[in-house]
Amino acid sequence: MSITNNNLTINHLTVSYQGQQALTDISLQIPAGKITGIIGPNGAGKSTFLKGMLGLIKTDTRTVLAGERPIDTQKKRIAYVEQRSALDLSFPINVLEVVLLGTYPKLGLLKRPKKEEKEQALTALRTVQLEDFAKRQIGELSGGQLQRVFIARVLAQEADIIVLDEPFVGIDMTSEKVIMDILKQLKEAGKTILIVHHDLHKVAHYFDEVILLKKKLIANGPVTATFTNKNIQLAYGDTMGDIIIKGVADA
Amino acid sequence: MIANFIDGLVRYQFLQNALITSIIVGLVSGIIGSFIVLRGMSLMGDAISHAVLPGVAASYMFGVNYIFGATIFGILAALLIGFITQKSQLKNDTAIGVVFSSFFALGIIMISFAKSSTDLYHILFGNVLAVRDSDILITVIVGIVVLIFVSLFYKELQITSFDPTMAQAYGLNVQFFHYALMFLLTLVAVSSLQTVGTILVIAMLITPAATAYLLTNHLPTMIALASTFGILSSIIGLFFSYSYNLASGATIVLTAAAFFILAFLFSPKKGLFFVNKQKTEESTL
Repeated sequence: MSITNNNLTINHLTVSYQGQQALTDISLQIPAGKITGIIGPNGAGKSTFLKGMLGLIKTDTRTVLAGERPIDTQKKRIAYVEQRSALDLSFPINVLEVVLLGTYPKLGLLKRPKKEEKEQALTALRTVQLEDFAKRQIGELSGGQLQRVFIARVLAQEADIIVLDEPFVGIDMTSEKVIMDILKQLKEAGKTILIVHHDLHKVAHYFDEVILLKKKLIANGPVTATFTNKNIQLAYGDTMGDIIIKGVADA
Repeated sequence: MIANFIDGLVRYQFLQNALITSIIVGLVSGIIGSFIVLRGMSLMGDAISHAVLPGVAASYMFGVNYIFGATIFGILAALLIGFITQKSQLKNDTAIGVVFSSFFALGIIMISFAKSSTDLYHILFGNVLAVRDSDILITVIVGIVVLIFVSLFYKELQITSFDPTMAQAYGLNVQFFHYALMFLLTLVAVSSLQTVGTILVIAMLITPAATAYLLTNHLPTMIALASTFGILSSIIGLFFSYSYNLASGATIVLTAAAFFILAFLFSPKKGLFFVNKQKTEESTL
């Protein structure tokens, strides 16, 4: 499959909550083979954008294509990693079982994961250097280790469109490095990677492309041209003042 | 006393019926209850088990088996709760509170029209010693349906309970599994009506599963333990009910509660006693 099938085209995405527009008429393209950050202040609609784009919530208007075809017909190619805070970490499930969930989309209904799937999950766990933790209950892991487990799940899923909600919140440097190395390999393999990120620091370090949101599209494109003081002020308002952010181009 | 119970079992058909029903109800409510507990839907379970009451009354009126009416009203309540939550700005627990109390009240009035008040007492508190052969058949069918559904869709129930967003993103119909579980919950509620009664059905669903949750971090083990506690509570509860002429619902639920208290205090992983002990050991180190 050509990597152009992983390009996303979003047209006229509008989402309302109880009569109020949370996102207004967003149209843009997200290129394959790049890591794209979705940036904006709290309440800007970053998670709403992801969920609306993937059809996980009700939208007013929406056309989303992956390659030439509607994304809704290709959902098995999507890997979604929820914010850690939204998950029940005391759930009776261990690390290996979480990674194994990644094999479920391909298995389809009724089929159980067999030896082959378990091998696949173990290999993914080895890639994030957590094979020694396979039998641990997930609540026993640190935030960074847990995020690596979810990245292993993405690997086991072999998905083409990878969506991560706030993966870098509260994680240690080792985990950050492990995750970034894997994401870079995935983008070189032509996957589309989308990451919600609320913090302005390290934006240039993490992402190739950014989408700046504040209920509507402020700007999008390559980090160097898009992540500018002017655009940041448009998204975050004047409250940000003249805070100097490392890596921001002074355009 | 135990000899007396066993003697009764050999001798009386009604006691055999009671025992079989109790065991199956204990088994299936442990299975379904585990998912209810993990999905944080205890309140929803309580609501549905109360909401079946008007269905039971309607079934009496039309002379059909109560499982039909009860299932219809149980599902209706689940749909109505979902509808009100979606269409108003009220929170889910408020919608649940409004719907189930209204259904229950309606049920009480309909029962008084349909039958005498002694029946209401049995429906509310259970009368396992009056289980008929046709009731056993229904309980067995419900048991089989639950076992088949859960073993076929274990994987889907697990992922929609743990990470519904991921499941929905890859195209799994999360709503379907929600309503399927509500449907099974209604079936279990109806079949436990006779053993523990409408008011205490929730205890059969929640208490053994909660006990199991305190003892393990492994979902299949949790389900197996929940069923075991459910079955044991049913048998022991039935024994006390028969021996001391007490309402079977109350004795079964209190037995389940006793297991819960033991696990709450002494569970090696999450029990009060050991967790505190670990803390003192850590502080002395």
